[in-house]
Amino acid sequence: MSVIEKAPRPVTETPAAPRGPRIADEHGRRVRIWELALRYVLLLAVLALTIGPFLWQLSTSLKGPTEDIYSSPPRFLPGDPTLHNYERVADTIPVWDYALNSLKVAVANVVTNCVGAALAGYALARLRYRGRRVATLVFILAMLVPVEGIIIAQFTTMRELGLNNTLIGVVLPGCISALNVLLMRNAFLNLPYEIEEAAFVDGANVWQRFLRIALPSVKGTLAVVAIFAFMGAWDDFLWPLIVLSDPSKFTLTIGLNYLHGTFANDERLVAAGTIIAVAPLIALFACLQRYFFRGVGEGAVKG
Amino acid sequence: MATTSTVSRVRRQLPTSPWLFAAPGLLITGAFILYPFVSTLINSFTDRRTLVPGEFVGLANFRELLHDDMFWIGLRNSTLYVLGVVPALILLPLLLALLVQKAIPGITFFRSAFYTPVVASIVVVGLIWVWLLDDRGLVNAVLETVGVGRIGFLSDQWLLLLSAMAVTVWKGLGYYMIIYLAALGNVPRELHEAAAVDGAGAIRRFVSVTVPAVRSTMVLVGALSSVAAFKVFSEVYLLAGPSGGPAGEDTTLVMLVQRTGTGLTGRVGYASAISVVVFVVTVALMLLVLRADRREES
Repeated sequence: MSVIEKAPRPVTETPAAPRGPRIADEHGRRVRIWELALRYVLLLAVLALTIGPFLWQLSTSLKGPTEDIYSSPPRFLPGDPTLHNYERVADTIPVWDYALNSLKVAVANVVTNCVGAALAGYALARLRYRGRRVATLVFILAMLVPVEGIIIAQFTTMRELGLNNTLIGVVLPGCISALNVLLMRNAFLNLPYEIEEAAFVDGANVWQRFLRIALPSVKGTLAVVAIFAFMGAWDDFLWPLIVLSDPSKFTLTIGLNYLHGTFANDERLVAAGTIIAVAPLIALFACLQRYFFRGVGEGAVKG
Repeated sequence: MATTSTVSRVRRQLPTSPWLFAAPGLLITGAFILYPFVSTLINSFTDRRTLVPGEFVGLANFRELLHDDMFWIGLRNSTLYVLGVVPALILLPLLLALLVQKAIPGITFFRSAFYTPVVASIVVVGLIWVWLLDDRGLVNAVLETVGVGRIGFLSDQWLLLLSAMAVTVWKGLGYYMIIYLAALGNVPRELHEAAAVDGAGAIRRFVSVTVPAVRSTMVLVGALSSVAAFKVFSEVYLLAGPSGGPAGEDTTLVMLVQRTGTGLTGRVGYASAISVVVFVVTVALMLLVLRADRREES
C-alpha cells in the first residue's frame, strides 16, 4: 500500500527535446507549462498552510525576551535568534524528565505491541486449535470498541489494580492493540504455507517455525506496527491526562498542557515546549516515511 | 523418516502452544478493552462514584441525562462537529490528492510535507493554533494589517467551535490524502482520456469520472472521519480550555465524560451513561454511512 513506492519516477529530461528540458507526466506526454506553473503555485500555497504554522512556532520559540512577538504586521524571522527559551522551559517544568517519560512509554508500547501482536497474529493465522474463531472474534470486537467510550471504566480498572498515576498504567490498555494483532494476522496469512510445512516435516517446532521462518518474512508489517505504536504513545493525550495526576509522572503532552494552563501568557515558553515535543517525531517521519504511508493504507483498509 | 516422533510432537504441542501465543494479546484485550466495555454498560445503571462502589439505580442516570443542559450542549456540539468536519474531510483531501498525484519534480517532498500535521501530537497542534488564533497572534496581526480588524476566534462560543473544526480538518488532511492517493492510483486513465476527448472540462471530469471511481473510498473516509469527529475531545479541550469555553458552551460529549467521571469525586455511573450514548451514536453513524452507501449503489 505504499504510495510513494508506487509513484512512477518523474521524467525530467527527454534527450530528444529540441528546446531545453521538458516536464512529462507518467505517460511520457508533455505537461503544459501554464498548467505546471499553476500546480506549483497551488502546491506552495498548501505548503505554506501546512508547514507555516510549525515554522511560526519555531520562530516564536527563538525570539528573545526583548523582541516584540505581537507586532503587527508580524515579523516572521527572529531578529536575534536565541535558545534562551529552551533553557527557561526546563527551569519552569521538568521538560526533559517528561520527555524521558514519553520515551519510556513509547518504547514500552513498541516492544509490547510488536511481540504481543506478532505472537497473537501468528496464533490466529497459522495454528490450529479449538477456539481459534472465538479468539479472532475477540480481537475484531475489541477493535470496534471506541476507546473514548470506555475510558472511565479503564480508569476505574487501573485504580482497582493500583496502577493509576503510574507509567505502567499509561502503557497497559494499548500495549497489545487489537488492530495490530489483526494486521499481523493478515501479514502471516499472506505468506505461502508450503515453506512452513516443509520445516514442519523437517521437525521444526512451533517456536522455530515462528521465529526463523514466519517472523523474518513479515518485517515490513512489523515495522509499521512499531512506528505507529511509537507515534501513538508519544502523541497520546486523553488517556494519560486521565490516568496521571502527579506532575512528576507527566508525559510530554500532559506536561505541555500543564505548561499552557499555568504559564499561558508566556508564548515563547509554550512554543519552545511544543518544538521539543514535535521535533523527534518529525525526524522519525523524515527517516521512515515509507512505513508511515504504508501504515495509513493498511490501517485504514483492513481496520 | 521419524513419522511417529513428528506425530507425537504435534500432539504434545498443539493443545498448549496456540494459547501460549495468543494469551498475552487476549489477556490485555480482555482486561483493558472488553472488561471495561462491559463494566461501562453495567456502571451506567448504577450510582457508582470513584471512591464509592454504588448501587443499581435502574434508568435513573439516563433519565437525569434528559434534564441535564450540559448533556444536550455536549450532544449538540459533538453533532455539529460531525456536520462541520466530515464534508470538508471527504472533499478537501481528495482535491489535495489530485494535486499531488501527478509525479512532477519535487512531488514526494510536497506529499511528505502535507502529511506532517498528522505526525504531530494533537497537543502540539492544538497549542500551535491557540497561539496562531490568539487575540494578539499571527492570524489577527495579518487580519489587522490588511484592514479587516481583529477577530476573537478563541473568545466567542461559535468561533471557538469553528476554529476547533478547522484544526481537526487541518490535521486530518494529509492522512485522508494518502488514502485517496492509493485509491486514485486504481482509476483507469482511459476514462479521463475518453472524457477529455468528449470535451469535458476539469470540473466535469472530476464530477463524472473521479468521484464515481473513488466513491467507495469516500464512504470509507466518511465513516472514519464521522466516528472520529463525534468523539472529539483534544482540539476543543485545548482551544476552549478544560471547562469548554464561555459558560461551558463548547463542551463536547467526550469532554463531559472526562469532566464528570474522573478525579476523586468522579461520578462514574453518570459518566458511564454518557459513554453509552457516545457508543450508541458512534455505531449508528457507521451504520448510517454504510446504508447510505448501499442505497446509492442500488
